Amino acid sequence: MAPAASVSRLLGAGVCAGPLRPRLLQSATPGRARPSGRTLASAATPAVREPEGSIDLNDRILNEPLKHSDFFNVKELFSVRSLFDARVHLGHKAGCRHRFMEPYIFGSRLDQDIIDLEQTAAHLWLALNFTAHVAYRKGIILFVGRNRQFSHLIETTARDCGEYAHTRYFKGGLLTNAPLLLGPKVRLPDLIIFLHTLNNVFEPHVAVRDAAKMQIPTVGIVDTNCNPCLITYPVPGNDDSPPSVHLFCRLFQTIINRAKQKRRHMEALYRLQGQEGPGARGGGPAHPPSLGAYPGDRSSPLPEESGSHACP
Amino acid sequence: MRAGCARSRVPEEPARGAALGQGRKGGLKNHMEVVPRLRQRQNSTAAVGERDQEASFGKRPILLWLLRTRGYYELATPGGGAGHAPRGGSHTQSATSRPAPRGTPPPPSLHPRDPPSPTGACAAVRPRPFTLQPWSPAAKMAAPSVFWGAAVSYRLFLGGRVSLALRQGVWKAAAAELQILRLRHTTGVTAKKNVAALRRETYTVDFIKKQIEEFNIGKRHLANMMGEDPETFTQDDIDRAIAYLFPSGLFEKQARPIMKHPEQIFPKQRAIQWGEDGRPFHFLFYTGKQSYYSLMHEAYGKLLDVEKRQNQLQAKGLFSEKTKTKDLIGSRWLIKEELEEMLVEKLSDQDYAQFIRLLERLLTVECSAEEEEFVQRFRRSVTVQSRKQLIEPLQYDGQGMAFSTSEGKRKSAKAEAIVYEHGSGRIKVNGIDYLLYFPVTQDREQLMFPFHFLDRLGKHDVTCTVSGGGRSSQAGAIRLAMAKALCSFVTEEEVEWMRQAGLLTADPRVRERKKPGQEGARRKFTWKKR
Repeated sequence: MAPAASVSRLLGAGVCAGPLRPRLLQSATPGRARPSGRTLASAATPAVREPEGSIDLNDRILNEPLKHSDFFNVKELFSVRSLFDARVHLGHKAGCRHRFMEPYIFGSRLDQDIIDLEQTAAHLWLALNFTAHVAYRKGIILFVGRNRQFSHLIETTARDCGEYAHTRYFKGGLLTNAPLLLGPKVRLPDLIIFLHTLNNVFEPHVAVRDAAKMQIPTVGIVDTNCNPCLITYPVPGNDDSPPSVHLFCRLFQTIINRAKQKRRHMEALYRLQGQEGPGARGGGPAHPPSLGAYPGDRSSPLPEESGSHACP
Repeated sequence: MRAGCARSRVPEEPARGAALGQGRKGGLKNHMEVVPRLRQRQNSTAAVGERDQEASFGKRPILLWLLRTRGYYELATPGGGAGHAPRGGSHTQSATSRPAPRGTPPPPSLHPRDPPSPTGACAAVRPRPFTLQPWSPAAKMAAPSVFWGAAVSYRLFLGGRVSLALRQGVWKAAAAELQILRLRHTTGVTAKKNVAALRRETYTVDFIKKQIEEFNIGKRHLANMMGEDPETFTQDDIDRAIAYLFPSGLFEKQARPIMKHPEQIFPKQRAIQWGEDGRPFHFLFYTGKQSYYSLMHEAYGKLLDVEKRQNQLQAKGLFSEKTKTKDLIGSRWLIKEELEEMLVEKLSDQDYAQFIRLLERLLTVECSAEEEEFVQRFRRSVTVQSRKQLIEPLQYDGQGMAFSTSEGKRKSAKAEAIVYEHGSGRIKVNGIDYLLYFPVTQDREQLMFPFHFLDRLGKHDVTCTVSGGGRSSQAGAIRLAMAKALCSFVTEEEVEWMRQAGLLTADPRVRERKKPGQEGARRKFTWKKR
């Protein structure tokens, strides 16, 4: 399948998911106390047993999604056809074209650039998958966009997923000088999603550069007039039409909710299995939610390895 | 100010002089010379002064008790006291130099930054029994507990946002034993400007909670003391009680003692905005101005809802173009400071203007009750001064004769006039006929003017009372009162004529004060070339 091939090509090209993961692991779970050698040595015997067990559990919860290529079943959320219907392929005029967007442009019709939806789909799959993993690991996700037409929509989307939004005037040192602006021990976002990469004066949003400075991974919808360089997971697509932005917001909201739900399920499952005893099985990948339940997980702890490769 | 106690005059000048002289040199080391001098003076006049003071408070025993325990003046015997260093202080006056009832509550004897030392404060005291006489016949003989004493005393700071955390420890320790405090005579020692204190004080949640508890306890004790029911003791009652117990002659209202709920005293502060895992509570936390932007988000959401509803109605064809004009005259928008207080956040002028513009836009479209209520939250009522002349209602006496009463003022004269509907033009001033009360023709002409203006000269009887002012002022006051009363008998057009003639306007002219460096209000001294 073409998207799969392009995905593997992109992964092979070094779309950096690997090196960031350990950092994400640390940053995403700050509250959990990892016992170092010191604590293990000094802690009393009954106290040692509990943290060990829970850490083992936590490790298993965190490592389980990494064993599957599409743990959250991102593929079934969209298709090239649905992207086309949402007018994601429509870019700006050729005069507005950014040089670095040329690889993503399919062609130009009547002086209007058309974005290659095959590439968009591949990039979008990567971006959504990454977002899902971050949400699964309880990371803080910040939605950023400076188009006033969609400001309310983005804030509503963020609130509905339980994440955060910033569609207002971006103060200079918000990320780089956060302890002063936001509080002494503030936790920075673990992922920033740009629905619009440019600000109101058609310049790159300050948060793109600042996130790169603070080593925060970014997902961004890049239009034909945007600079995709500093964005970790660029998604070439239309960021000006209402159906397009609505679609992207819906996709992100769905995948984040799905990832959080999956996390809750896994925690419940592992807690149950921990109570039952050792020899517990891991849960399978996400099935398309019929009523929000994942029937495969709790009732039948059968090896679900084959299920991960089965496409719906 | 120096009346009252005999002994106040004696140590005052040298003490203050000494204070001034020594304080300027950084006088902490010199206080020891001052204190013994005080004690010597007080030795001789202690009994007299005490009696004098008590005589002046004889009618207010509660005040006396409070003053004793708050250490307004020294009652301890000399020689028994340990030399206690007066460590800085804002006041250079000794308590003895001013009569206590007119003074403010005493400053804390210790420097605010110093740790409280109960032993030091009460080292030289001896316990004194006191009797609390009933303030009112119905009052209970409740001996106020010391805890209340501490609660009230430290509540009584001077109005502003002062840090209480340090002072309250001092007061509690000092008042805990219900012993007479020894006032330290503070010389002109100026406290070093503490740079750390300039930072805004942050109060923890526990501290505020404790303050609230103590306030409530103190309120109940105060109610008991005043003989009122603690359950129905309102803030107005508290204010009146404090004004009674601690009368202050200060002009600045904010410098007088107050006792209010801690929420009105301590500035509202933000608690920590995130949970244990570090995730902020509010979804707009990373914007920096979460309350303001969430308010904008909410308002804009309401606007979108209204527009969507209108579109739906229009699609169905039920949309009616009527625009009901809302009566916004009696209210105004919140000012920027009020909004900042509401949101506990700093705003810029542009932010505020943007928000008001959004609300006004919400008002222009036809919105439902919910949106109206949302907008009304940001409006404050304003007393509207109506341009219309207030017309007194007609009253009827025993005989069925209609009459109207009104008041008038001019300079310092106040008058009240009762104008009867039918009469023969008799005017009685303070029971005396006007011809005898006002021998001067000019004054009688003033009284005639309203009737003459309306061509009702011999048609009404008037009875009036007047006090204050001189003859001309009294005449003017009565004239105004009569004109106002006449409004009830006269058409609206004639009322407007009277207003235009100036009959219904109080004359605002008062005597201008004499200024220093001039002979009178305006007259300057004779200018001499050389």
